[in-house]
Amino acid sequence: MFEAISRRFAQIAGRVWQRQRITAANIDAVLGEIRTALLGADVAIGVVTEFLAGIKSEALGAQVTKGVTSGQEFVYIVYKKLVELMGGGAPAPGQAPALVVRRAERPPTVIVMAGLQGSGKTTTCGKLARYLRDKDGRTPLLVAADIQRPAAVDQLQVIGDQLSIPVWREEGRTAVQIAERGVAEARARNLDTAIIDTAGRLHIDEQMMREVSAIARAVSPHEILLVCDAMTGQDAVRSARAFDEQLALTGVVLTKLDGDARGGAALSVKAVTGKPIRFVGVGEHLDRLEPFHADRMASRILGMGDVVSLVEKAREQVSAEEQERLLEKMVQDKFDLNDFLDQIERVQRMGSFKEILGMVPGLGHQLDGLPDSEEEIKGAKAIVQSMTRAERRNPEILNTSRRERIARGSGRSMSEVNDLLSQFKQLRKIVGQFSEAGGRGPFGKLKSLANLKKMMRPERLSEMMHSMLADGKRPAAKAAAKPEIDKQALRKKRKEERRRKKRGR
Amino acid sequence: MSWWPFRKKPEAGPRAADAPPGDAASAAGQGPPLETEREAPAPVPEEEAVGALGLLTRGLRKTAAGLKQLLGLRRAIDEAFLAELEVKMYEADFGPDTVAALLDDVRAAWRAETLRESGQIAPFLQERLRAQLQAKDTQLVRAPSGPTVILVCGVNGTGKTTSIAKLARWLAARGDKVVLAAGDTFRAAATEQLQIWSRRIGLPLVTGGARSDPASVAYSACERALAEQADYLIVDTAGRLHTQANLMRELEKIRRVIAGRIPGAPHETLLVLDATTGQNAVNQADAFHRAVALTGLVMAKLDGTAKGGILVTLHNRFRIPVKFVGLGEKVEDIAEFSAERYVQALFA
Repeated sequence: MFEAISRRFAQIAGRVWQRQRITAANIDAVLGEIRTALLGADVAIGVVTEFLAGIKSEALGAQVTKGVTSGQEFVYIVYKKLVELMGGGAPAPGQAPALVVRRAERPPTVIVMAGLQGSGKTTTCGKLARYLRDKDGRTPLLVAADIQRPAAVDQLQVIGDQLSIPVWREEGRTAVQIAERGVAEARARNLDTAIIDTAGRLHIDEQMMREVSAIARAVSPHEILLVCDAMTGQDAVRSARAFDEQLALTGVVLTKLDGDARGGAALSVKAVTGKPIRFVGVGEHLDRLEPFHADRMASRILGMGDVVSLVEKAREQVSAEEQERLLEKMVQDKFDLNDFLDQIERVQRMGSFKEILGMVPGLGHQLDGLPDSEEEIKGAKAIVQSMTRAERRNPEILNTSRRERIARGSGRSMSEVNDLLSQFKQLRKIVGQFSEAGGRGPFGKLKSLANLKKMMRPERLSEMMHSMLADGKRPAAKAAAKPEIDKQALRKKRKEERRRKKRGR
Repeated sequence: MSWWPFRKKPEAGPRAADAPPGDAASAAGQGPPLETEREAPAPVPEEEAVGALGLLTRGLRKTAAGLKQLLGLRRAIDEAFLAELEVKMYEADFGPDTVAALLDDVRAAWRAETLRESGQIAPFLQERLRAQLQAKDTQLVRAPSGPTVILVCGVNGTGKTTSIAKLARWLAARGDKVVLAAGDTFRAAATEQLQIWSRRIGLPLVTGGARSDPASVAYSACERALAEQADYLIVDTAGRLHTQANLMRELEKIRRVIAGRIPGAPHETLLVLDATTGQNAVNQADAFHRAVALTGLVMAKLDGTAKGGILVTLHNRFRIPVKFVGLGEKVEDIAEFSAERYVQALFA
């Protein structure tokens, strides 16, 4: 998610962080880089211009008081502006986020879903219904008012059947009638939420706009959500604006964020409509819908990781003791193939491996090539399960004949076995960095495992994030963790390593 | 919209909004009530006489608005003007690389004083873009013998199924015998959607059960196309994000199975792109090209306000020709791509 843009940003942020000083003389060069990164990510150009102007005036304003803006402070300003851009102020540490979807005083709560063709409205209706039922204890009714696209009604019906959520469908009525009668049906059956799927077209189409406005007038919805494809380019703001003018949107759902969309739409839509992004769709399956948190997304974009989301996800799957045990193993560098298998199985339930690890600060972009899809995970499982206990604990003993046996036993090719082992080595190296003093990434406080452990409590983390970013000082200095010289030596070592790798290529 | 005459007449298309209550198609599972309206191949509408250039021009008129407005001004070129030009080019989704390249050209010509005022810029840019977009093989390939197989792929929601319906009708209208294959066995009711189209156009459709292996559907469709001596077989596939490795492998398998049954097939592997897609289209094209070796692109939804400028970047990057553009919601709204016309329409 947001991979490309976050990669660019992380590079820029990392460099700026280390450079220490932003002055009136060098700020334009940095802003120019940010500009290219944003434009390459499809952020609307008007939004980019405004965004950069905001950063510049704030950064230079800070200079007036202190003479210079430190690199960290600059990154913090960018972070703050990103949060603002995507969704307004982050809730203070410990404060509960606002209710995701309004509840009507007199049920049913009526939600109208609007959007362009192919943005994912029908699927999102299903996902939202499931989310509200499972996470918010509601009893939804899906109303099939998209009578335009061939088989859209059938699609919603199939989704409803899969979720065991009732679907209101009718033949021979207008979309407005179906919507009205659907809401009446929800009221009659005591269902507290009606989600209305509407026809999608190109937004220049007045007829569709009229239809969806007519629906909105007829059912007086409590929420009108615009479904928006995250891969949309500069057109995103045009369509969002057009919909907002007609419909007075209450929020946006961003879909298809599980790809490598650069998220420019996300960064722009809020800016031009002023309407918050409420949810993001992150997968084809009906449980892949998540509430959107601007602050978390901003830290992810800046390569600071999204530990809060990670912890929340992990909590659903891994007990505290298991976490403790795993961390212990990471510290002692005893992470073995058994754990590897165990983790991929767990992660399979949580979401994709890369997605999860991408939330860990500094890990996001080191994970290319890890098993990701269900099929790959199945293959990895077969291979590991064909190993003896000793082999799993100590993969170093895996010579060619052992590998051949494993390949035969798991019905996989030799190269697949080798791939898995190199992936495992790669992961173990990353995991090893947790235990290695100093860790990596420009963000001092997120470094050592001790800190990571503390951070496993989300309230601690957001507190830390805030203090770390807010004071704008080099956090490590405050924590008095390591002498400066250590860091430089480390940097040197890393540089050396990089050079070696380059030569090796 | 005034520039899009089809939609002014509510009875014009199968998508007319508020179908009168009590319309015929009332049987359960029949979907939109409009289905009965169109059984036979749709007649070629009058507007087509205007030609594809007309369609494209109409479609891109919105597209052009930004650029045209700016370039229509008779003003001397200066840095402020170039900055505005840059904004307009970004708004057309040309993307950083293409914008930078075009702008460099303009700036160089301006410095060399071959360009002096804004009116000269449109022809100048047209010339550049035309040269960049020139490709030999924009026409649909025809197999030397037996059915020509067209495999159609793309990410979710770009308009694959609709584009297939349009393409099928386009081929049928010129007298070719077409078989369709409902290879999207994943998305709920995708098969039904293609079924409705195939009935409207009057073409045979090969289906499998829900969640059946799409490769097996493709295989049976090959058999059917061979048995019926069809000219074209068009295989639909489920939308898949290009980042999902296993789904990309599924697509490779479909391709393999088709190639195994009909040597040389698929003769065309088309990627359907949504014209509103931004720079992500580059990643999409890259991933699909690596998986199934694309032979062409279909730019869907070009009748919106989206400018499809990404097409230039794609062309420079991958040298995959755009073969068709989708220009509306009706089954007739498709045209063969022409660089000449596209470039003209962009600035018309």
